[in-house]
Amino acid sequence: MYKKIPLAIASFVGLALSGLAGAADIHTKSISATCLSCHGPGGKSLGAIPSLAGLEKDYFVKAMKDFKSGARPSTIMKRHASGYTDAEFEAMGAYFAGLKK
Amino acid sequence: MTLNRRDFLKISGAGAAITLTGCATTQSASGPRAHVVVVGAGFGGATCAKYLRTWGPNIDVTLIEPNDKFISCPISNWVIGGLRNMNDITHGYDKLSKYGIKMVKDSVIAIDPGKRTVKTRGGSTIGYDRLVLAPGIDVMTDSIKGYKEAESAGKVTHAWKAGAQTALLRKQLEAMPDGGTFLMAIPGTPYRCPPGPYERISLVANYLSQAKPKSKILVLDSNADIVSKKPLFMDAWTTKYAGMIEYRPANAVQAVDGSKMTASTEFDEIKADVLNVVPRQRSGDLCALAGVRDPNANWCTVNFATFESAHVPNVHVIGDSVQSGLPKSGHMATNMAKVCAAAIVELMAGRQPDAMPVVANTCYSATSGTTSGYVANVYRFDAAKKEYVNQPEGGATPKGDAANFVFNESWAKNIWADVLS
Repeated sequence: MYKKIPLAIASFVGLALSGLAGAADIHTKSISATCLSCHGPGGKSLGAIPSLAGLEKDYFVKAMKDFKSGARPSTIMKRHASGYTDAEFEAMGAYFAGLKK
Repeated sequence: MTLNRRDFLKISGAGAAITLTGCATTQSASGPRAHVVVVGAGFGGATCAKYLRTWGPNIDVTLIEPNDKFISCPISNWVIGGLRNMNDITHGYDKLSKYGIKMVKDSVIAIDPGKRTVKTRGGSTIGYDRLVLAPGIDVMTDSIKGYKEAESAGKVTHAWKAGAQTALLRKQLEAMPDGGTFLMAIPGTPYRCPPGPYERISLVANYLSQAKPKSKILVLDSNADIVSKKPLFMDAWTTKYAGMIEYRPANAVQAVDGSKMTASTEFDEIKADVLNVVPRQRSGDLCALAGVRDPNANWCTVNFATFESAHVPNVHVIGDSVQSGLPKSGHMATNMAKVCAAAIVELMAGRQPDAMPVVANTCYSATSGTTSGYVANVYRFDAAKKEYVNQPEGGATPKGDAANFVFNESWAKNIWADVLS
């Protein structure tokens, strides 16, 4: 069993050795960027799908939680929102709030 | 739990290599530079190049692609069905220049992972610190007897890479007489774009029901059943195109004959007016060239946190060529590309990549000229299981509708823009 070391532990070891906590930041950048495949480059949509750039953080977080719970009806967003944690909603919300409208 | 030395080396191998080659350990734009070569400028490769430059100011990126233009597979079924034309799915690479990506119009013909160089058909040798392969699929035309001859003669198409065959298939449909037979053969899984064949059948039916209503569509599916969005397509086929589509599961085409215009299964030889036979697929041939294709297999096993090959260090594979439980879609390729780019930026800076990446797939399929449905899933990497785990609540719409058709169009515009500008 020692041959298969979970990556989470590997990451911890790496962070401890390098003294840099870059993982959380790159995680946020990476998961936020995956949203842009539908929502447009820089969070700016060219069509019917809403833009994310410059949304207020609280609005974004509430929208995602409401999509997840079903409180806010959606076509596709319940399926997406259900895959992320509240902490990720907060981090993504801050990221999108920082993108220029 | 303790780490033995070999495990430690395995984990820190990438970081160690960077130290040895003198690459960046900080992310300031003035630090030492690294060079990443990306081969293939489709959904995965172009996205990876763009996000490497966006997130890695110290990373120089060379993007090697033989084609002048990006031709999108998503929406290519709309061209075949007559809803769009080739111009609508053809886009230039010019807007990528603002990211400082070096575009090289050429093909890679050799890879030396020891020296870390690629050779091009044009005669260049290009060195890399890390190499990203995004070659898409290789269509295994050898797997069907008579295919190559019939394909060269323009008598059979797969049109599973958007381009000349997309336009040819459209022409053949336009030339088909009313009362003719359109035959589509579907390969066994895994293949590029699981719902793609069924969307194509729906849009061909949409066209024929308006223009040539006496015509018939015969579907020979190698699989035991419709493999994606079954309720969505069954609803469309039974309500919109009743009587037009004959679906035969577990029927694999073994041979085609372009002069007789026939396709043969182990049971039948069937004549048709248009033969659209999609052969089995494997990772792009570039993967075999690089030694990253799994031995005696078709796809490429990677480390899912970085998309680095399990077989060759410093070589990453993204998109359809990857061995995984993830759907082989353009959208998924863009998500893999972003995770890969983020990981390379971290590795080049001497940091550990995100150990728990998340990717998502969003895939719309049109069922007529005004209706679409979707499938959407989020997949989180589980380090213990060493795979991406499909999260709860993912799934597909059971019926197509007008709202999703509008989102389908918007999705295409946005993903093209995210990949190419």
